[in-house]
Amino acid sequence: MLTADDKKLIQQVCEKSSGHMEEFGAEALERMFITFPQTKTYFPHFDLHHGSDQIRGHGKKVATALANAAKNLDNLSQALSELSNLHAYNLRVDPPCFALQLLSQCFQVVLAVHLGKDYTPEVHSAFDKFLSAVASVLAEKYR
Amino acid sequence: MVHWSAEEKQLIASLWGKVNVEECGAEALARLLIVYPWTQRFFANFGNLSSPTAIIGNPKVRAHGKKVLTSFGEAVKNLDNIKATYSKLSELHCEKLHVDPENFRLLGDILIIVLASHFARDFTPACQFAWQKLVGVVAHALARKYH
Repeated sequence: MLTADDKKLIQQVCEKSSGHMEEFGAEALERMFITFPQTKTYFPHFDLHHGSDQIRGHGKKVATALANAAKNLDNLSQALSELSNLHAYNLRVDPPCFALQLLSQCFQVVLAVHLGKDYTPEVHSAFDKFLSAVASVLAEKYR
Repeated sequence: MVHWSAEEKQLIASLWGKVNVEECGAEALARLLIVYPWTQRFFANFGNLSSPTAIIGNPKVRAHGKKVLTSFGEAVKNLDNIKATYSKLSELHCEKLHVDPENFRLLGDILIIVLASHFARDFTPACQFAWQKLVGVVAHALARKYH
């Protein structure tokens, strides 16, 4: 459950990162594809080379969606409703939450790399909870 | 037996050479207790764990974190024999400590994030791959003797 402090920290991080959306999203995806190669199975149609336009574009999409979720922390279900449908009925990333958890880990690594000491235990905790909550909402309609 | 490429071995060894085991160990354990508070159940006798500040400053947490990461160093030194290296510890975690092996995975992921925050860009994707593989192998070895 996200506390008031968690929400503040999450929003602060998102504001700090707002100029780096494309970069962070792309790096998270790239790390995920390299560290957890099984995740590539969802992107057979992508050029997965370092720096590819598709990874950059998709990374920006993912990061923007997360930033939007961060602005709607009191109403994640509604804010992510369309994406929830997409993941459940079209994309069917399997099993619910597991692959999304791998992306969550990589996103946090990117934040840790770029924020260093500023990725404090409190921020780490808040973000981990946030990404967990997002993954849960995205998995809501699986069955 | 786990296969390690020459590159993976090099990435693991070279990063480990720069790790301050005491600091990173303390930080990793503290973060485990903060980010996944239910893990505090294993440390009831550690004293004050009531807030992130208390946890980070807790001397027992620091000492135990150092112990855990020092033990991790054994895996780094014995990449080709991790299963045997952790055989006794696996029995201990099952029979005496009663730790759900899922917690090894959680600590592994936390360690990765600590390394990322310390080494920043030097913690390249290739580096993350090698280390994520290592923490997975260690977690597996620690769970192996459970019954």
